[in-house]
Amino acid sequence: MSENIVSVNNLSVSFDYQENFLSKKQKIKAVNNINIKIKKGSFFGLVGESGSGKTTLGRAILGANKISTGNVIFHDDDRDFDLTTINSKEMKEYRKKAQLIFQDPYAALSPRMTVRDIIAEPLEVMKITNSREETDERVRDIAAKCRLNLEHLRRFPHAFSGGQRQRISIARALVSNPKFIVADESVAALDVSIQADILNLLKQLQNELNLTYLFISHDLSVVAHVCDIVAVMYLGHIVEMAPSRELFRNPRHPYTKALLSSIPSIDPENKSKAIELEGEIPSAMNPPSGCVFRTRCPHASPDGKEGNIEMGLEEVEPDHWVDRCGVSCG
Amino acid sequence: MTHLLEINNLDVKFDTDEGRITAIDNVSLTLDQGKVLGIVGESGSGKSVTAKSIMQLNPGNTIYNDNAEIIIDEENVLKFTSKNDLKKIRGGKVSMIFQEPMASFAPAIKIGYQMVEQLMIHKPMDKKEAKNISIDMLNRVGIADAEKRFNQYAFELSGGMRQRAMIAMALSTMPKLLLADEPTTALDVTIQAQVINLMKDIIKEYNMGVIFITHDLGVIAQVADDVAVMYLGSVVEQGPVNEILKNPMHPYTKGLINALPDINNLDAPLTPIPGNIPSPLDRPSGCVFRTRCPHASPDGKEGNIEMGLVEIKPGHWLDKCGVDCGKT
Repeated sequence: MSENIVSVNNLSVSFDYQENFLSKKQKIKAVNNINIKIKKGSFFGLVGESGSGKTTLGRAILGANKISTGNVIFHDDDRDFDLTTINSKEMKEYRKKAQLIFQDPYAALSPRMTVRDIIAEPLEVMKITNSREETDERVRDIAAKCRLNLEHLRRFPHAFSGGQRQRISIARALVSNPKFIVADESVAALDVSIQADILNLLKQLQNELNLTYLFISHDLSVVAHVCDIVAVMYLGHIVEMAPSRELFRNPRHPYTKALLSSIPSIDPENKSKAIELEGEIPSAMNPPSGCVFRTRCPHASPDGKEGNIEMGLEEVEPDHWVDRCGVSCG
Repeated sequence: MTHLLEINNLDVKFDTDEGRITAIDNVSLTLDQGKVLGIVGESGSGKSVTAKSIMQLNPGNTIYNDNAEIIIDEENVLKFTSKNDLKKIRGGKVSMIFQEPMASFAPAIKIGYQMVEQLMIHKPMDKKEAKNISIDMLNRVGIADAEKRFNQYAFELSGGMRQRAMIAMALSTMPKLLLADEPTTALDVTIQAQVINLMKDIIKEYNMGVIFITHDLGVIAQVADDVAVMYLGSVVEQGPVNEILKNPMHPYTKGLINALPDINNLDAPLTPIPGNIPSPLDRPSGCVFRTRCPHASPDGKEGNIEMGLVEIKPGHWLDKCGVDCGKT
């Protein structure tokens, strides 16, 4: 039995792009040569700015995006699912094990279904339960775990606040008894107080139900708080990956450093200026050759600046991986 | 010295199908030239409604109370009704930056035309002059290739660039007062850092007054001089930013700070504020926070204490009910 629940090997995902119907088809690489192993029971964080490919990676792991090259393997207790060779019957099986929580709890819930029906839908679609009584029991069970009142089940989503809606989404994701959850920006739309509540709930459910999370977020302070291990993405590449305490105490890649320094401090006297990155994230259509960060890197070495250094993670300390180019300029 | 902006006893109510909603209850604020007043609070706390009242941008079902005053240059802008009077404030003395820059630009009109159009409405100048000023402003806010961007549409610009263009447009009429409603919320952190630094420089250079609305206490700490904490339409605590964030007294302010993940202290637990924000349709009587207050006194819990700010230290204002329960 493997200690990992998900292994991602040399994964790339590209999309076809055509400017208009006459022009040539181009390939846009959204995710590029990613290698990660997610340990069972861990809270794996994925951070990066918009356009860095974090959502695409998360969706590829769930089989919701096509894999271009490489593979994703999900290790269940008694068998492995290889997402590149999976057939539709196995896919149905896989969906029971791996689920997704969305960002916007207002868009994710159908306004015409009662909360009970929303939570019960996965059970019915996946044919997990055999009778209505059984379905109801599982719905009530998971609703209680997600701190929803039983009388809430009869109501429609519009009656609920953002935090309660997110608890409904969580209950729906967990009702099929999955082992692996991708939480894509699941607290980004919430107020801080509710955000704290949902994060605590996710942690608590992890302990109760033995879950593994892939937690996608752009908010570093949130990630620092809940995740055990964090990978930082930039333009489709992972540029640094380390246990979260190590990463936040001792960031090595210049992009990670810039990200960390950009978080506004709550202490008004701490006016330490953010490391300002010049310009903006380049278009994924023509990414820089070599190190993708070199166009904005404040400390690029001459070789790195020229794009002569190939991307690739190196282990600088046990479990602390940094992109090759960032090892020298960091 | 007279203040640049003075809001006195502002109540805002909305008539809806479900009844009359109190969005703002007895808010008074002042702002001096060259200062930044931050307004923080969760969604539904009335931050944006306060700002929109200054420009009378609230929808038609809005009811202002009769004794409310919003005074800019010795004139009560709430009494303005004619289009000409309103024009003096909207885009003239006061400009506003919104959260979502994509939604603020017309998608089918070039950015440059939109900038020139509003400049010519407010200042007596010809097209050429307006264009020069606009391009100059775009340069000022750090947009490279300003002349090219001038002729582009909003969708051709990235999020950070759009927000810069929005700032350039808002500032081109040289307003005395800038209302910034969550101007950095939709941006990535590195871009947010760029925009915050830009705004700080510009505020200093033009010596304008700014109301900066955000839910992010970190952003407030970095840009504001004073801060007002709002909850359910009322200001519960107010004062210099240093004092309020280092020495919060109101249980709601404390709750907001405790709920925030602190990157420098990863072991601290995240403590949510118990309960949910009540619907504005059943606003609690007395202290609006009493339904969620962890330390409410018996009188406060019952709703027997009227809301009202008292000065507990020079410059530090706290809601009456919070004076007692904030001690624990």
